Amino acid sequence: MIDKTKTLFEKLWEAHIVREARVEPTLLYIDLHLIHEVTSPQAFDGIRQTGRTVRRPDLTFGTVDHNVPTTDRSLPIADEIAAIQVETLRRNCKEFGIQLFDINSPEQGIVHVIGPELGLTRPGMTIVCGDSHTSTHGAFGALAFGIGTSEVEHVLATQCLPQNKPRTMKVETHGSLPEGVTAKDLALGIIAKIGTDGATGHVIEYAGDAVRALSMEGRMTLCNMSIEAGARAGMIAPDETTFAYLKGRRFAPAGETWDEAVRQWQTLKSDEDAVFDRVVEIDASRLEPFVTWGTSPGMVVPVTSYVPDPSDARNASDREAAERALQYMALTPRMNIQDISIDRAFIGSCTNARLEDLRAAARVVKGYRINASVSAMVVPGSQDVKKAAEREGLDRIFHEAGFEWREAGCSMCLGMNADILQPGERCASTSNRNFEGRQGRGGRTHLVSPMMAAAAAIKGHFTDVRKWEFK
Amino acid sequence: MKRFHKHTGLVAPLDRANVDTDQIIPKQFLKRIERTGFGEFLFYDWRYLPDGRLNPSFVLNQPRYQGTSILVADKNFGCGSSREHAPWALGEFGFRVIIAPSFADIFANNCFKNGMLPIALPAAQVAQIMDRAQREEGYQLTVDLERQTVEDANGLSILFVVSEFQRYCLLEGLDDIGLTLRHEDAIRAYERRSAQS
Repeated sequence: MIDKTKTLFEKLWEAHIVREARVEPTLLYIDLHLIHEVTSPQAFDGIRQTGRTVRRPDLTFGTVDHNVPTTDRSLPIADEIAAIQVETLRRNCKEFGIQLFDINSPEQGIVHVIGPELGLTRPGMTIVCGDSHTSTHGAFGALAFGIGTSEVEHVLATQCLPQNKPRTMKVETHGSLPEGVTAKDLALGIIAKIGTDGATGHVIEYAGDAVRALSMEGRMTLCNMSIEAGARAGMIAPDETTFAYLKGRRFAPAGETWDEAVRQWQTLKSDEDAVFDRVVEIDASRLEPFVTWGTSPGMVVPVTSYVPDPSDARNASDREAAERALQYMALTPRMNIQDISIDRAFIGSCTNARLEDLRAAARVVKGYRINASVSAMVVPGSQDVKKAAEREGLDRIFHEAGFEWREAGCSMCLGMNADILQPGERCASTSNRNFEGRQGRGGRTHLVSPMMAAAAAIKGHFTDVRKWEFK
Repeated sequence: MKRFHKHTGLVAPLDRANVDTDQIIPKQFLKRIERTGFGEFLFYDWRYLPDGRLNPSFVLNQPRYQGTSILVADKNFGCGSSREHAPWALGEFGFRVIIAPSFADIFANNCFKNGMLPIALPAAQVAQIMDRAQREEGYQLTVDLERQTVEDANGLSILFVVSEFQRYCLLEGLDDIGLTLRHEDAIRAYERRSAQS
């Protein structure tokens, strides 16, 4: 008898089953648990209150990213409540023997940037974190998903999670991305097609030529945005690009163990005839740079297009949502996207703050100055990204153009620290959510790629980066 | 965990799709290290005007919805961030049940962990409940988890689906970490197997 063919997801799922029962969810083993200051304190409290302990501190790693200031790190954190959260994580990690990449550590950074950077994230793993963008780590062929604080407590106490098996979705790309069209645009293009709840209950596997051609940074951007399509997780089968990225990283296997690991990782792919619950096809060669116009990532159009007219909506619910979004965003129907002026530009976040992202933005910025009416900042995803960028002189290019160059953290992606938009300010942002108030109450967010954000900062309005004159 | 058997309460209609967790509890209120203290900040940007006064036009501020414990909303409720502060805020405000055509996965999970019941119903039925809650002052629903029904006093009776295990945990108020820890032998066996491979 021939074995049933399996998807990559099914292989990872089956390899991590601790226990299966008829009615109860499957108990899955978790290989890596990442924690940060905002969603962990209540979980540690629960552990203490119940007299439990952390089962595998050796598989648990912490950093501070969500609320930390991106300004001078030699100063104490001015926000007292934020300081308490950071101090609480410090105390919890110490009490339970968990390695912490603290605020002044050279490894500090956004949790989804440093996991891969340190080689903690590896193919075939199950990875969780109390943050929805944990889907990022799926770029390495891992099953990685965001969890709530009760589940953080569950993993701390048991290193396991009871889970109902998600369905599978394949996003099959055809052709290759044109010049100036990036992984971010691919992600937005997919959301434009399937909607922000299009993948709810599913784990997406991204496949096809355009995905294979992406660097690890691009793959992380793509998997990062899976949650914005509602997916439980996103993943990409590992290949030579993956192995080359991981080789020599601090926590990656070395020597003979490395060769053995690669042999094992090479088996991590969907069988040729594997059946997915749903397949979505995308012609990557026809994608353009995207700009969101509304208050949900699905409200997105190509840069050459215009703000949609709510009266063209398919149903009453979509029409009301579009009307409300246009009112919040202060935009009028049928306005050209390239006529939208911006006040701020933010290059950062777990979606787009890796070295490749900063290089792409710097290439656009080089030799230009930002528009007089725009203020702009670059927040590297990690201290390591920051140092690497400085070695290449990217910081000088940004400085000379008028950008601020900050310390690593989540920053204005969610505005938990001092980096927020003022009411009514309009921002070209490389982050992942354009929700009302996400970057600051009354702030208006347009999601774009790093190149598009850089170009908008210089022009003062959105512009088609495919026509950019590089200097 | 708080048990859930049967609940009767006033229904508040929030006629919006894609209500995200940033709206439910904005980030500036995520800095607390306790599980409590979030209720007053629920839907902050909608409930309060920029000057801090209550926004009288927001549904939860209207006198007729005071004391509400059942929220009905449009599709994809709870999308976005994984913050469990969202169900904490909803629960502290007084909600025990949320009804919508669909929920974001992490949010729905977080609700169950906090004794709150997210009920997904077909869009037409949600629209019907939304309509009644908007028209009839004092409109109430009774949600019975044992029988898996949503009913009103005017003959509306809808069966809903919930996973057997989540239903059992809510009915019994079970601590699911305790349940997992009962399988210590299986966890150890898994760890031994993976250490060898």
